[in-house]
Amino acid sequence: MAERSFVNEVKKLRSGAGEEFHGEGILAVTKALLQSGVAYVGGYQGAPISHLLDVLNDANDILEELGVHFESSSGEATAAASLAASVNYPLRGAVAWKSTVGTNVASDALANLASGGVMGGALIVVGEDYGEGSSIMQERTHAFAMKSQFWLLDPRPNLTSIVEMVEKGFELSEASSTPVMLQLRIRACHVHGKFIAKDNQRPPLSLRDALDRPDRDTGRIVLPPATFVHEKEKVENRWPAAQEFIRKHGLNEVFDGTEDNIGLILQGGLYNSVIRALEKLGLADSYGECSIPMYVLNVTYPLVDDEVRKFCTNKRAVLLIEEGQPDFLEQALHSILRKGDLQTRLFGKDVLPMAGEYTAATLMGGMKKFLGSTAPHLLSQPEDRLEGVEAQPLTFKPEAWEDSSSPAKFEALSEVVPARPPGFCTGCPERPIFTAMKLVEKDLGPRHVSADIGCHLFSILPPFNIGHTTMGYGLGGAGATAFNVPDARRTISVMGDGGFWHNGLTTGVTNAIFNEYDSVLLIIDNGYSAATGGQDIPSSHASVPHRNTGHSIEEAVRGVGAKWVRTLTNTYDLAGMQKTLREALTTEEKGPKIIIAQSECMLNLERREKPKRRERLKKGTRVVQNRFGVDSDTCTGDKACIRLSGCPSLSVKPNPDPLRPDPVTYVKNSCVGCGLCGEVAHAAVLCPSFYRAQIVSNPNWKDQFVARWRGKFIGALQRLSERRLAKYAV
Amino acid sequence: MSTGTRPITVAILAMGGQGGGVLSDWIVDLAEHNGYLAQATSVPGVAQRTGATIYYLEMFPEADAKQRGRDPVLALMPMEGDVDVVIAAELMEAGRAISRGMVTSDRTSLIASTHRDYAIGEKMALGDGLLDHTRVIEAGEEAARHFVYFDMAALAESEGSVISSVLFGALAGAKALPFPRKAYEDAIRRSGIGVEASLKAFSASYDKACKGSEQPVSGKGEVGHYVPPQGNAVQKHHPAVAALLDRVRRLPSSVQDLAVEGVRRQIDYQDPEYAGLYLDRLESVSQLDRRYGGEAHGYELSRETARYLALWMAYEDTIRVADLKTRSTRFQRFRNEVQAKDDQVVHVTEFMHPRVEEICDTLPAVLGQWILDTGWVRGLIGRFTTKGRLMRTSTALGFSILFVTARLRRWRRGTLRYRAEQARIDEWLAHVHDLVPVDYSLALEVVRCQRLVKGYGDTFERGLRSLQLILAELKQIKHCEQPAAIVDRLREAALADEGGDNLRRELAKLKKDSSAGPAAISPEGLAHV
Repeated sequence: MAERSFVNEVKKLRSGAGEEFHGEGILAVTKALLQSGVAYVGGYQGAPISHLLDVLNDANDILEELGVHFESSSGEATAAASLAASVNYPLRGAVAWKSTVGTNVASDALANLASGGVMGGALIVVGEDYGEGSSIMQERTHAFAMKSQFWLLDPRPNLTSIVEMVEKGFELSEASSTPVMLQLRIRACHVHGKFIAKDNQRPPLSLRDALDRPDRDTGRIVLPPATFVHEKEKVENRWPAAQEFIRKHGLNEVFDGTEDNIGLILQGGLYNSVIRALEKLGLADSYGECSIPMYVLNVTYPLVDDEVRKFCTNKRAVLLIEEGQPDFLEQALHSILRKGDLQTRLFGKDVLPMAGEYTAATLMGGMKKFLGSTAPHLLSQPEDRLEGVEAQPLTFKPEAWEDSSSPAKFEALSEVVPARPPGFCTGCPERPIFTAMKLVEKDLGPRHVSADIGCHLFSILPPFNIGHTTMGYGLGGAGATAFNVPDARRTISVMGDGGFWHNGLTTGVTNAIFNEYDSVLLIIDNGYSAATGGQDIPSSHASVPHRNTGHSIEEAVRGVGAKWVRTLTNTYDLAGMQKTLREALTTEEKGPKIIIAQSECMLNLERREKPKRRERLKKGTRVVQNRFGVDSDTCTGDKACIRLSGCPSLSVKPNPDPLRPDPVTYVKNSCVGCGLCGEVAHAAVLCPSFYRAQIVSNPNWKDQFVARWRGKFIGALQRLSERRLAKYAV
Repeated sequence: MSTGTRPITVAILAMGGQGGGVLSDWIVDLAEHNGYLAQATSVPGVAQRTGATIYYLEMFPEADAKQRGRDPVLALMPMEGDVDVVIAAELMEAGRAISRGMVTSDRTSLIASTHRDYAIGEKMALGDGLLDHTRVIEAGEEAARHFVYFDMAALAESEGSVISSVLFGALAGAKALPFPRKAYEDAIRRSGIGVEASLKAFSASYDKACKGSEQPVSGKGEVGHYVPPQGNAVQKHHPAVAALLDRVRRLPSSVQDLAVEGVRRQIDYQDPEYAGLYLDRLESVSQLDRRYGGEAHGYELSRETARYLALWMAYEDTIRVADLKTRSTRFQRFRNEVQAKDDQVVHVTEFMHPRVEEICDTLPAVLGQWILDTGWVRGLIGRFTTKGRLMRTSTALGFSILFVTARLRRWRRGTLRYRAEQARIDEWLAHVHDLVPVDYSLALEVVRCQRLVKGYGDTFERGLRSLQLILAELKQIKHCEQPAAIVDRLREAALADEGGDNLRRELAKLKKDSSAGPAAISPEGLAHV
């Protein structure tokens, strides 16, 4: 069960021609796929594309009605390879994932898909998680398009443009026999907007039809000598065909302006920010009416050379606005201009930062520099009031990532604004695992820990500070293999259940067994691909419609030859966790020691249980809930408990004791009573301040009877003590 | 070029789980039903796991767009100096918005909840890691065109709703958007979830926002600033107490409030006689304070001694913990803390882990010491204390055990722990006595070092070790330049990390700086940090 449900929203996918569709970017993409007559869809979750997968999952009924096959791929490589269905058949297919990590995983299949080419339109929707709040910003998807020779769409970030580019993307793919990639920036994926819908189309050829009449073209199979032919075909046929299609259908847009001896060339995805920056400079209005001509690249690869030349002819200078590095577009533009013998001066990364996100303020700084040297008369607008907004220097500097444009006056305030690194949720079952690691580390000394992608990666942040490297999803095990040193201090590798099924079983487990790696591998099994929003995976415990789940990780690792395997079914049992870790680190047995630590993701658990509990409370049924608390008068405020937990519900408050200077710990009402606080107090011999409160709602007569008598007895004793205090009252 | 109609821009800064998405949806719905085109976006990603997230919305008059026959181009992220409304679901997030230049005095309405949700860095500090938020309020007043702030989390809780509905109410109350109150309420109704509770919180918040803002309660612990508790004046004191209070009155007036609290604490802890011992010690420091120019310092030395001596003398032994855990005030407090309603039954389970050390501490000194020194006995008892114990204080038996333990107070003076602590206190005060004539501020810093001694078990021992290390080096530090500053630095270093690395480093540096002297710090000493 995914974290976010789109059950209500997907109803909009049925809207027909002429209806106004309101919704999120990813819903619009789904609708566009259906309008394009797609026959099959697949993909792998990861921000910002997780919700697209969730939408497709929740829309399964609608997809089935239309005869569209949807599958949650086991990884991006699977998703990319599934596009093979479009190689020999006129079937339209689409897959989605998070770029660039997913594109890296998929690139083997992508290279071969692009080599043989496709008959049916093949569309890859990638979510670019670039810029603020991003986890992946070190690479550009653009490079993949260049190396594998497929086309890259970067539409203007409004739903109408995005939907149109999905539809045109299929046509472009078919016209040039090449897979097409649609790149959506994270904010575009989540943007709420509107567009005019069309009717959904059933795929003209169904998958069943294709299977009934298998067809093959050996010229499309990636095997020499066909591969050599493909290379030739790419440059001689497919590329020109793509350029022709782009030109003919006007996929790139030119917006005229009065200042026609200069111009802007930009990636479509940056259009809205560019307009806002121009607006601030007094050079555009809210409708995008702009005095400087613009050439908007909704297709960033390939460039259409003569379109570029046409735009640049008779212009003294153009500014290329290209986010990210290396400056692929800039290099290409220089080449096109040079070859066309055009003297138009090209500005780009010399006035804009080489790396980092292009916010409107950053763009404004770059434009001011550009206009300063090419058309200074445009800069005299009174609106141009944000002084001190300067473009970043020519070379990459890390400061370029910082906000250089905030008014200096309040910048000092950032000293008191704390960083908020992400952490484990309240009651997360993964937290006790790292508490146990921390406690074992205290006894057995520090050791090398290879981390992985997933919620468990938060262990590298305070308060745990555990983990040395992270090499990629499912690669926690593989990341430690070089340390396969006999009789050395054992490494611990961490892997989540999501990463395990994605590739960790082979890259981590099988590899360690095969190479007799004397190490510890910790597989964290919370029942979902939790970090991406709680999607189901093969080992999910719940039975899920359309999927076959419940497959044991222990059986899987034993199946590939693991001998020392321990499955712990309750990660909150801190003592058990510590004992098992200690055993794994000290046992005489050689080879990988695999610990599978299981407890359900608390977000998912609560999402399921909370409504039920609420229902029971309403009905008047007896409900017992656990909650933890801290006695502020025995708490001395040393916060050792917080350093072993970091739970969002475990917080501090000013000390109620007028004599004590340091804040005390307290438990917020968001506590779900997971029990870790008590376990830590016991295991680490911390302090006696923690208590567990069992709150009995709708108590029965027995509860009430016992409570009343206990209250009387306790009250009597308490009055005895109070007498002493009253006697000596100060 | 004339820029014409411009969009209204709204940024919401929230943390994962605060319902920023719900709030954003409400605003979109509000705009779309009231003649505006709306666009909203966010960057959730891993931010949903307790990190900070920004939701960004733009709205544009639909009539204007219709007239033009085009759709406006709306931005997907806030631009500095171009935000009309900033909503911060926590005070420091408002600070983040201000420091990022999103709040400007020409147009921005800033709506912020003044409650604090402490970041992990603030929470995990050994001492006081809380950041000073008063600067955020000051900056907000200066930076924003209009600033509405009060504790919206508290209001949400008291109204039985979530902070998003309170923020929505404050947004309406701030009148920052061109919509009437009813339009907001209709948006809540259309969303269909938790409508009644949301409307109630909305309404309370709306009224409050119209009235004006409220300063937050200071969160930062202010050492040295003592506010005496407001209680009912006691009509008639017991003669023993009256005698103690007479003695307090003879102390400098600026010390009296803390000394009264200290006396109260020792009586609560032990008896009036013990409070007498407290005053004996305090008075002797206070006499020195007077003699060596304390008046010029506002008798700071006596004040700090009154505070830290009171804390140390009321050290947390098993008897004290049992005593505090069985009080009726505590029973009322935990019911409040877990927000139990009157008709709910609450059971309480304590997590105790007495080790051999704690058991011996509570035994008569000779016996306790014998056990600690006798390997096999210690081992035998140790075997029964490897696991923590769960005690149900809400049952007759569990309560009785703790109640009886608390009553061991009568024999406390004979316990091993009592002897050890009194000896340590005397040693600490002896240092203070030695130093006052030489260097007043150094003595003051030494008094403050008591702050290091807190917690239980290992934590307590580590703190004590840090204190002892600093005390051991006083002979050396005395001869350095600005010795008080050195002790202050060492104390901060001891509070900087749990492993003691910082203190070790500072001490090593000290050693290096004065390597010539014979009193140089011994490496063995360092190894024990």
